[in-house]
Amino acid sequence: MSVATLAARDVRLATRAGGNAFLALAFFAAATTLVPLGIGAQLRLLGTVAPGIIWVCAVLAALLSLDRLFQTDFEDGSLDLLAIGPLSLEAVAFAKIVAHWLTTGLPLTCLAPIIALLFNLPTSGYGPLVAGLAIGTPAVSAIGAIGASLTLSIRRGGLILPLLVLPLLAPVVIFGAGAVKSAIDGFANGALLLLAAFSLAAVLLSPFAAAAGLRLNLHA
Amino acid sequence: MDSPAELAVQDLVLVRGDRLVQQRLSFRVVAGETLAVSGRNGAGKTSLLRAIAGLLELKSGSISLRLDGGRSVTSGEERGQYVGWIGHQDGIKPQLTPLEHLNFYRAYFRCGGNAADALARTGLAQIRDLPAQYLSAGQRRRLAFARLVLGFRPLWLFDEPLSTLDTEGRNFVRLLIEKHCSVGGIVVAATHEPLGVRSVELELS
Repeated sequence: MSVATLAARDVRLATRAGGNAFLALAFFAAATTLVPLGIGAQLRLLGTVAPGIIWVCAVLAALLSLDRLFQTDFEDGSLDLLAIGPLSLEAVAFAKIVAHWLTTGLPLTCLAPIIALLFNLPTSGYGPLVAGLAIGTPAVSAIGAIGASLTLSIRRGGLILPLLVLPLLAPVVIFGAGAVKSAIDGFANGALLLLAAFSLAAVLLSPFAAAAGLRLNLHA
Repeated sequence: MDSPAELAVQDLVLVRGDRLVQQRLSFRVVAGETLAVSGRNGAGKTSLLRAIAGLLELKSGSISLRLDGGRSVTSGEERGQYVGWIGHQDGIKPQLTPLEHLNFYRAYFRCGGNAADALARTGLAQIRDLPAQYLSAGQRRRLAFARLVLGFRPLWLFDEPLSTLDTEGRNFVRLLIEKHCSVGGIVVAATHEPLGVRSVELELS
């Protein structure tokens, strides 16, 4: 399977020296650790803001490595080779989304419960936090890929990408943090289901948009 | 995959950015032929190669690859499937070793070749486990050729294939081109210097 081959190559590149798999994780840990230091030992307040802070930091951390998603391949000529391969550009984009999630979204999801300890998150919030991140971070990678494909030929596109992508990620943060909050407050709402629906749509549709962005830059 | 009988370019107009780089270009290359494309810097050699590979959109005109079966491939993305590409960038990741590169492309392109064998043929067997960031420009170009010999693609498109190679490397590429043409392949090479093989010349103005 060429999709799996490409995803495996990208995971390998991200985890080698110069890759940014661990950078996103380290950024997430550093940024979230600063918040309790800034707010101080107000345990109730920390527990209240935890879902929002953790989600926002997770999204920002995942965005950090997104601008290089297609750019290194574009600059070193690999994208030309991928394009003449057996995969459509849609499948190439999908493989890269999968690899990005495996190297950022998944590690972030695993680290989040430990970070939540620092925030004194009530016990009932852990389940929805981890489930929400597992469900929602694929959408971050997928929607981010659209932005990455559009900013491909801009050399210093690092700041334009978040501007393009962050507004589109608002639903992920709203539903993700909302699910944790409502679980802490002890009532159930459909936030996780809505998050799952949004994420599924994003992962299924984004490769098409990203491929259109790639064609735009590749064929110009 | 049917092998191609002829590459025909008709009234091709190419634009890069807002600049016209190619005005009504027409030519044909038949199976077994090598086309050496020359022209001053900025004459549109690279653009022409990218257009043939389906990597650059045509403003107007057509590029068609007629196959042995009689069918013609006119869509750029389908034409790409027949292309063996040596661009002016080699498409090499600094973190991966030559062997890892070839194993990746072998799996990605689903071709049956043997990676160790391709490295031996291109003289890279000694450094197969050295991360590519330590390779010289010539060694990187050799690695690109190793990728090319891994699997059969009938239409070879080269952008300055000899530029960074030493004498031995150049001879290897010449032999490669001759062998490719003898089995009915097509080679289109943009080059400033003589390729050193029997070829049809095309000068872009």
